[in-house]
Amino acid sequence: MTDTAFNTTLLKTDAEAVETPFRRALRRLFRRKGAIVGLAIILLFLAFAIFAPLLTPYDPITQSWTSVRKAPSAAHWFGTDDVGRDILSRVIYGARASLMAGVISIAIALSIGVPLGLVAGYLGGFIDGLISRFTDAMLACPFLILAIALAAFLGPSLGNAMIAIGVTTTPIFVRLTRGQVMAVKVEDYVEAARAVGNPRWRIALVHILPNIMPALLVQATLSIAAAIIAEAALSFLGLGQQPPAPSWGSMLNSAQRFLVNAPWMAVWPGLAIFLTVLSFNLVGDGLRDALDPREN
Amino acid sequence: MLTFLGKRLLQLIPTLFFVSVIIFSLQQLLPGDPALIMAGEERDPEVIEQIRHKYRLDQPIPVQYVYWVKGVLSGDLGESLRIHVPVRDLILEKLPVTMQLASMAIVIALLIGVTAGVISAVKKNTIWDYAANVFALWGISTPNFWLGIMLIFLFSVELGWLPASGYVRPGEDWRASLASTIMPAFVLGNAIAAILMRHTRSAMLQVLESDYVRTARAKGLLERTVVLKHAMRNALTPVITLGALEFGTLLSGAVLTEQIFTIPGFGKLIVDAVFNRDYAVVQGVVLVTATVYIALNLLADIAYILVNPRLRG
Repeated sequence: MTDTAFNTTLLKTDAEAVETPFRRALRRLFRRKGAIVGLAIILLFLAFAIFAPLLTPYDPITQSWTSVRKAPSAAHWFGTDDVGRDILSRVIYGARASLMAGVISIAIALSIGVPLGLVAGYLGGFIDGLISRFTDAMLACPFLILAIALAAFLGPSLGNAMIAIGVTTTPIFVRLTRGQVMAVKVEDYVEAARAVGNPRWRIALVHILPNIMPALLVQATLSIAAAIIAEAALSFLGLGQQPPAPSWGSMLNSAQRFLVNAPWMAVWPGLAIFLTVLSFNLVGDGLRDALDPREN
Repeated sequence: MLTFLGKRLLQLIPTLFFVSVIIFSLQQLLPGDPALIMAGEERDPEVIEQIRHKYRLDQPIPVQYVYWVKGVLSGDLGESLRIHVPVRDLILEKLPVTMQLASMAIVIALLIGVTAGVISAVKKNTIWDYAANVFALWGISTPNFWLGIMLIFLFSVELGWLPASGYVRPGEDWRASLASTIMPAFVLGNAIAAILMRHTRSAMLQVLESDYVRTARAKGLLERTVVLKHAMRNALTPVITLGALEFGTLLSGAVLTEQIFTIPGFGKLIVDAVFNRDYAVVQGVVLVTATVYIALNLLADIAYILVNPRLRG
């Protein structure tokens, strides 16, 4: 009996010992109900975006003058808009623009921000001062105002909106990466890597970068949420996705003019933005807790 | 303190330099010849040449930059290409409207955010705490332009309590002014309230576990006195300075809120300028917001040092 108990304890200890950090983080993440709900909603919207042509009952662009501003019904679950387009179909297709903008703009921000932050944090000195002051200058310009200005100067389109959002989000990643690198580069294992003669680029990419990934992952998830709102805001102002292509932001813009007669036009696209952003925030919060080494 | 201030001011020089470079560079992103864009319908080569000469577009880019900076330093932000009014005058006309909205938003944010944060920390792991956290998540995740539209639908279209759009100056009729700004101010304050709630909660939780609060409790003081007099005073110092840094969020939010509620403020000015391709105004607005943000950052740092004696050198 004692032997069995002893063996079980040993097995348990072994299993815990071989658990990789990735598996541990995943286990902790799936213990959080909020993160699971968030993940489920994101997957649902992702399915909407990928399988939109199979899921939509109507074409999202074709106008129908016989069904202008129809209230929600069995034929049109979410109602129709000011030119008779099915709102459900447009909300489903709108997921494409929003998710794409969220992911691509943050990919742009990561691809510029992380290398700059690595260089600034690892090399220090004049280069660090230069990059940091430039980052401060960008952070001084309010995010959406700079994104609007950039999108306006580049010209209105979804692609340019993504570039504008990506560029304006970049300083957050520069600052975060720099701070993380400065904390990690004095660790013993980095000193050891330096002592055995690894070149600087190898230390930065192989020894430092993987260790700062958790913080970047959390920030990227939360930034996707902010980027989705920013894309919707730019499309709302007419600087993002151009009509007649469906986008939640531009749908809200036209809905504003018909609030008295067709309030449903404003409800669904807004709810879609809210749910998507909420989900990314929930997953981001869950990831932060799951990747925190102080958490049990 | 003076050394800190000196160092901080020195750091501002390169930051301001880069801000000016970023804003000046925006114009360089314009596709095509800026003179042609400024000329609009006019296609006469002589007129275009005149424009090029007037705005020094025929000079090398570094020279154009130097002239632009010289103008900015002497308070000349250029001229609106559409209505031919100095950008500085336009900004000075619109700024008070946005400032009124922003001040009301900050008051609303502090009232809701700090109260919710304190209750959430004091009643940790109770239904109050969960409700406050749900509120914060809702506030952070709700796009303010959607919230604005929904509030217009509820309070203006359905209930008819508040005007859906427009703006009345406080000097004309303060009641009408309050009615025209309360909804947009709430929309603006909502997201900041959520952020402040999270900051207040974590600051209060930290303070409530500190030794001096334990001592206050051990002395037999009422819990209310411990929370309001001992804990809150220390917890709120960083929260209020953080509130000052939310100015950028406020201005970004004002762009959309003013658009929805048709308030003729700073935010609407930049959107109208974007659609009229009035790039001098766009540049001017970005420059002013960035400068104000940098100044507020500096003031927040100074305030933080003033209220925290341990940081004074």
